[in-house]
Amino acid sequence: MSADLSSLEEKILNDYQRDFPLEPRPYDRIAGCVGITEEELLETLGNLQNRNVVSRVGAVVKPQTVGASTLAAMKVPKNRLREVAEIVNSFEAVNHNYEREHSLNLWFVVTAPDEQGVKDVLKEIENQTGLKVIDLPLVTSFHIDLGFDLKW
Amino acid sequence: MSDKPLIDTVDRLIIKATQGGLPLVPRPYHDLAKRLGLDADDVMARVRRMLDSGIIRRIGAVPNHYRLGFSANGMSVWDVRDADIQRAGKDIGALDFVSHCYHRPRHLPDWPYNLFAMIHGRSRAEVEEKAKVVELLLGDSLGAHEILYSTRILKKTGLRLVA
Repeated sequence: MSADLSSLEEKILNDYQRDFPLEPRPYDRIAGCVGITEEELLETLGNLQNRNVVSRVGAVVKPQTVGASTLAAMKVPKNRLREVAEIVNSFEAVNHNYEREHSLNLWFVVTAPDEQGVKDVLKEIENQTGLKVIDLPLVTSFHIDLGFDLKW
Repeated sequence: MSDKPLIDTVDRLIIKATQGGLPLVPRPYHDLAKRLGLDADDVMARVRRMLDSGIIRRIGAVPNHYRLGFSANGMSVWDVRDADIQRAGKDIGALDFVSHCYHRPRHLPDWPYNLFAMIHGRSRAEVEEKAKVVELLLGDSLGAHEILYSTRILKKTGLRLVA
């Protein structure tokens, strides 16, 4: 599953997870720093995206600044997992949904314009599945998000 | 914690238009501005302001951990003494192998944990080794803890603004 990266790709990925230039031709600036042309850089980035090594080049927005969200968990009987996951995924407000090894085996994030919107979605999921949803809203975020260091 | 920084409709439009990524064209901000009927300088100034105020944490390439071989995704969860949660959260959030660190409420009796730290590793053994560092940092503040591994991604989309 692991992607083979060229040393150029690795450098771009490691050095440009943050501080993307805010100027008219940002890719040209980065290309100059790594010693290739703008066209080559755009091609490399496109290639990384096509291989899904990079999901996008863009902004990472701080949670809870635009709208409200929560982490929710459910205890789903094994034989209902597929059915319940489908119901949960059908909500546009759900943007991550993971199966995890635990008695609470379904974990998902709900995002809505405000807190009431989040509560409504959780209630609706409970109604449609007949199962309890545990609501674990964010109290404090401690992480200073500097990106992901590939050199560990 | 709902001291939400002020952003206006135009800021929201810009966030919404860029959450799928900036276009891979020589002048991406101009391209974006044109699509939104805005001025490119205004778009850049607004993005700068949102970066400075922390609404946008960073702009750059967003890697896919799984494709890079970090296939063990451990949600480590910790029962930390309430009086110590701020200090513990700051210490753990500063570790470079922790990608998210959040204080969330307990939900007794189902859920006794109040601190969440997402740890990515190439293997479960690597995640567990890193979790040991967290355990040492927490010391006496810690009750029980667990690591919940994801076995399947059932849905994953970027943050969607429901404007």
